[in-house]
Amino acid sequence: TVEQAEFDLQPYEYHKLDDVFPKKTIATRDEMLHYYRQMQTIRKMEDAASVMYREKTIRGFCHLYNGQEACAVGIEAAIRRDDEVITAYRAHGWTFTRGVSVKNVLAELTGRSTGAAQGKGGSMHMYKKNFYGGNGIVGAQVPLGAGIALAIKYKGEDKVCITLYGDGAANQGQVFEAYNMAKLWDLPILFVCENNDYAMGTSTGRSAASTEFFTRGDYVPGFKVNGMDVLSVREATRWAADYMRSGKGPLLMELKTYRYFGHSMSDPGTSYRGRDEVQSVRKLKDPIQACKINMLEANLATEEELKAIDTEVKKEIAEAVTFAKESPVPKLEELYNNVYSDEPPFQVRGCDAFTYGISRQSKA
Amino acid sequence: SMMTVRDALNSAMDEEIARDDRVFLIGEEVAEYDGAYKITRGLWKKFGDRRIMDTPITEMGFAGIAVGAAMAGLKPICEFMTFNFSMQAIDQVINSAAKTFYMSSGEVPVPIVFRGPNGASAGVAAQHSQCFGAWYSHCPGLKVVSPYSSEDARGLLKAAIRDPNPVVVLESELMYGTAFPLSEEAKDVDFLIPIGKAKIEQQGKHITLVAHSKMVGLSLDAAKALAEEGIECEVINLLSLRPLDTECIINSVKKTNHLITAEGGWPQSGIGAEICARIMESEAFDYLDAPVTRVTGADVPMPYAALLEENALPQVHNIVAAVKKTLNV
Repeated sequence: TVEQAEFDLQPYEYHKLDDVFPKKTIATRDEMLHYYRQMQTIRKMEDAASVMYREKTIRGFCHLYNGQEACAVGIEAAIRRDDEVITAYRAHGWTFTRGVSVKNVLAELTGRSTGAAQGKGGSMHMYKKNFYGGNGIVGAQVPLGAGIALAIKYKGEDKVCITLYGDGAANQGQVFEAYNMAKLWDLPILFVCENNDYAMGTSTGRSAASTEFFTRGDYVPGFKVNGMDVLSVREATRWAADYMRSGKGPLLMELKTYRYFGHSMSDPGTSYRGRDEVQSVRKLKDPIQACKINMLEANLATEEELKAIDTEVKKEIAEAVTFAKESPVPKLEELYNNVYSDEPPFQVRGCDAFTYGISRQSKA
Repeated sequence: SMMTVRDALNSAMDEEIARDDRVFLIGEEVAEYDGAYKITRGLWKKFGDRRIMDTPITEMGFAGIAVGAAMAGLKPICEFMTFNFSMQAIDQVINSAAKTFYMSSGEVPVPIVFRGPNGASAGVAAQHSQCFGAWYSHCPGLKVVSPYSSEDARGLLKAAIRDPNPVVVLESELMYGTAFPLSEEAKDVDFLIPIGKAKIEQQGKHITLVAHSKMVGLSLDAAKALAEEGIECEVINLLSLRPLDTECIINSVKKTNHLITAEGGWPQSGIGAEICARIMESEAFDYLDAPVTRVTGADVPMPYAALLEENALPQVHNIVAAVKKTLNV
């Protein structure tokens, strides 16, 4: 194998920007192995979640990231650990790339005390330093992201805020409010529209008067990236991060991607799109397969090495599933904890006039 | 010396912005215009663009931005030009600000103040004249304060800004220009009123009147009128609507055996309704010699015409009548 190789990038489209991105990039063997492992881990973690959902060890809403792995992994490859990230309800992949282990993600999904939010948040509400969570309200995270970017600028930090939303949220009014203030104040925010073609079951063509999401920030320069190619995402984000760090204000990146599962686990995903469509994307555009083929063709890794990674990932996920199923459920007293920050213990009413708990601070 | 509620709020922000670099003010017309109600007068000239930020007319957007900034370690004061406009942004107040600390199991605190004029205004009809005390105090994770006097306004706003949680400060629009005596103690830069504690404005032995905001004044006026007839009212100024100081009310009821609540908001699911329920569920019930009754705003959207508006809000005579009915005199 070789230590590095040059790769062609996928074509980009621009809005109020010149042809700024490179046509090619160099990736090292270590980098590519890392991206492959991360994407494969997310894929297998989500597969495990789908199985656990069907066997009813996971409750409620559960939105899976399969198909969109290159978005999170490609962006992470181009930003720093202390840059800020906030995303929508499809949050498992990002929670992992921001540093929460698969164990703690799955344990949150099973509602255990070992979960990323001690079982208080569930699928859509997991957090980590420099990661402000998923958000269950479509579009609400976008002004929050602009606020995080405002704090960066206010404090004079050399950081950027990555703010993700889907093609459905792109139609929310508050998203446009956030574009306006971000541009007005030149906030270091990268608006990232993960366009997976469907807002629940409503295709972009049926919900958006313009499906050119990268242009919808109007005065915010934008670009469209093939979100199935981790290196194309990386290079675009790298350029964008430099641009924002230099104080030039916000950018809008549309990542054209696709989700393999339904909107959530309760959606079979068959009424509004055909199985053929999903199969065709899986076969022809899958981000993990593409990464694998790139590596093999460039002689960056051998088939055996990649198989070994698959085996290790499989083992990690299996252990995490066991951990998530066997971890203890939260203690009942946790019900009352963490209502307020930095507060002496106080009494909280339960469900009747004879049931009270004591609210305390309790950190994972 | 005397100070208006407006100046009390202004001085509280002035001192807290000077004290802590993380504190900044954001909202519509708070900077160059000096505040729609002049509460922020002079602050922009003193602190500049970084600390005093005018926003476009975009409540959901700037409320979300303020909450995001709080999550990332700043301490925003987010002014709504009036709380009526906060309905545009209520998702960010409840779903983003109030719930995140709990949902994140203590990982992400949200130290933010939402403040602005609240309650009845004069001659502006239904969309601009409404109390949000019941709305916001319904929600765990928020703290809600509702000052009456200048001293209350100063102490509660300063406490709200220093609090590490989201606090809603409901200021009475009609009382901004009212002047109150200000004690030497209340002038101190570290003068704080603890959130969650009510204040007994006036001791009395025959009946307890519980109120917040402007209705504290009306209750005191009613108490004065009733005193001439030999009825001694104990008047409680709630100060905080969440946490609600139930203990203070219970102790007073044990002494007076009678209770009236007074508020400007609507009756259904209101502050008075909550107090009634808490008294029913507490040992104070056994001390009551008559049922608790509520004095509230009329159960209608606010009308414009002066006569109708006047009768849509509690007046002193409503409180006096309620007291006499309860005491059977």
